[in-house]
Amino acid sequence: MTATTHTRHDPAAATLLRFATAGSVDDGKSTLVGRLLHDSKSVLVDQLEAVEAASRRRGQDVPDLALLTDGLRAEREQGITIDVAYRYFATPRRRFILADTPGHVQYTRNMVTGASTADLTVVLVDARNGVVEQTRRHAAVSALLRVPRLVLAVNKMDLVGYDEAVFAAVADEFTGYARRLGTADVVAIPLSALEGDNVVAPSAHTDWYSGPTLMEHLEGVEVAAGSPDAPARFPVQYVIRPQSGAHRDYRGYAGRLASGVLRPGDTVTVLPSGQRATVAGIDVLGTPASAARATQSVTVRLAEDVDVSRGDLIAAGAAPRLTRDVTATVCHLHERPLRTGDKVLLKHTTRTVRAVVREITYRTDVDTLERRDAAGALDVNDLGRVVLRTAEPLALDDYADNRRTGAFLLIDPADGTTRSAGLVGETSAWGAP
Amino acid sequence: MSAVTGATGVYRPTHLDVLESEAVHIFREVAGEFERPVVLFSGGKDSIVMLHLALKAFWPAPVPFSLLHVDTGHNFPEVIEYRDRTVAKHGLTLHVARVQEYVDDGRLTERPDGTRNPLQTVPLLDAIERHRFDAVFGGGRRDEEKARAKERVFSLRDEFGAWDPRRQRPELWDLYNGRHMVGEHVRVFPLSNWTELDVWQYIEREGIELPEIYFAHEREVFSRSGMWLTAGEWGGPKESEPVEKRMIRYRTVGDMSCTGAVDSDATTVADVIAEIAASRLTERGATRADDKLSEAAMEDRKREGYF
Repeated sequence: MTATTHTRHDPAAATLLRFATAGSVDDGKSTLVGRLLHDSKSVLVDQLEAVEAASRRRGQDVPDLALLTDGLRAEREQGITIDVAYRYFATPRRRFILADTPGHVQYTRNMVTGASTADLTVVLVDARNGVVEQTRRHAAVSALLRVPRLVLAVNKMDLVGYDEAVFAAVADEFTGYARRLGTADVVAIPLSALEGDNVVAPSAHTDWYSGPTLMEHLEGVEVAAGSPDAPARFPVQYVIRPQSGAHRDYRGYAGRLASGVLRPGDTVTVLPSGQRATVAGIDVLGTPASAARATQSVTVRLAEDVDVSRGDLIAAGAAPRLTRDVTATVCHLHERPLRTGDKVLLKHTTRTVRAVVREITYRTDVDTLERRDAAGALDVNDLGRVVLRTAEPLALDDYADNRRTGAFLLIDPADGTTRSAGLVGETSAWGAP
Repeated sequence: MSAVTGATGVYRPTHLDVLESEAVHIFREVAGEFERPVVLFSGGKDSIVMLHLALKAFWPAPVPFSLLHVDTGHNFPEVIEYRDRTVAKHGLTLHVARVQEYVDDGRLTERPDGTRNPLQTVPLLDAIERHRFDAVFGGGRRDEEKARAKERVFSLRDEFGAWDPRRQRPELWDLYNGRHMVGEHVRVFPLSNWTELDVWQYIEREGIELPEIYFAHEREVFSRSGMWLTAGEWGGPKESEPVEKRMIRYRTVGDMSCTGAVDSDATTVADVIAEIAASRLTERGATRADDKLSEAAMEDRKREGYF
């Protein structure tokens, strides 16, 4: 509790919450995003003036708040959002990075992109329509990407007379569905983005609701950088060897700790070589430290003179498996389909290896979670099961256990295009009927 | 103020810890994957923070990149002094690409409005080509402008330096794809997720020195298009623009012909943080004339290769 009290009084020590919003076109997502930005005073006078002027030029009477977020010429011309955009706002208690993902039909890849770094997803539904196909899709993608927390925002409560029964029915149905996906942590909030009910200020219309407003929840929700009990995973990015002056003998392995904790004295394994070593010291950006914790960029020194280079993984605790056969769920991101037999580059942590697509087992229907025949190819926005064979062994964790060491990209070796995003292992969250 | 580890041993980094760690990760990825990276360094606060992060990322080894400054010829003398002092202090190599040389020999034509900011693109792309830089770090932030909100951390540019917003690579987790063809290069933005306030809070936390013009001082300025510009040899003011002495400071540092000052009495970093936290104007809205040229001014410049 000391931490919470402390951050409230020192904005520079506030924590950061990354979250993604999902919702279909008419669910009021732009209005909700606009209200969060506006009510946290993140929309400034010159931005509003620009929006007003642009709205007038288009012959619109009222300022179109979507113009705040649609940054590209093509988006403004067509009135659509093409791509994920990141928004920044703050309250005295917390800083927020919002991955604003477009709600259009072609959105699986955008949602996967936004969810990959999110601590929380807000799924918006229209209270009049309740849980629809898109709602299930958003919840499923959020569960697949292992976003730790989920918020169901039941919007447009003003249009159903702020009826508690309507809210309860939607919340129950959604929570049941989320549980089947393996996401137990759901908070449902009745709100009206347009009227401002329960977004930032509590609503006088929902006296039957005793939970937090959306902003209160976003400000207070607990997000830890990682469990201290998770096995330590340290992908080596770069070898630091000054070879000069006071640091002639310094040899440090720079990287960002993907999970767990590393301390001087810990016994570690360097993969893929399998050499054992002892952590001699840890430097956190120039300062010796007693521990490195998940998400910190640090430099690790080893006591033994072992061969370590970029792409290696320094691991402690239960070891990851070392394999050239990768079974994974992939989200295909590119217009050019992914086919059986394709030669690709696979980027896993700091290691990039050649790989071939051995098998495309099936495609998952994101609406029903049913398996469909993939016919040897995944199209853009498809989610599917693939088996890959790599030229060199990789130290892999399941994505379910580790969002960093269980993730990879497939890259086109000819032109460098990013083709697919991969999640290693069984997608157990989707297993149940 | 640094991260908190509670009784449970759970690590709760502050937002500055997270942003710092992420930026350092980006610097190290580039060092690991590219042959000839360069850091754009103007002596402005964002590039100063970038350099500070790079120094920490590779400590105790020197920064494995050189620096590049695209000099419009209309610089604030305090900034050039700071730039040269910093380069010397850290034993860095600085390349300077000069707009003035291009104007003098006719490769570029001065614009009627005297603004040289858009003219930077050609010398920048020439320098990238001449030195065969394959990764170019810029201090751009997504909060600065709505076209920049769509920018990737690793942003691929074609052989003409052009940005195509519709052909950007999706970025997932912290897996950055730096693959590029010969002749192409990648712009890298380690401060993508920082806001103006984050930059200032980090400057305060780390005790980073800045050029004096970021703090309130008396200066001879004149008003043009609603902004205070510094009078000087670059060509301002016109006869109809009376010069007056005012207490001002700069929120951004760039070409003197288009970088406006704001009225201010903030003389310390803490004062500045209080001032921008209360400001009702964005950094660019308050101080940049060139972004007001059209609704898509930034996007159009970026398509041509601008940062």
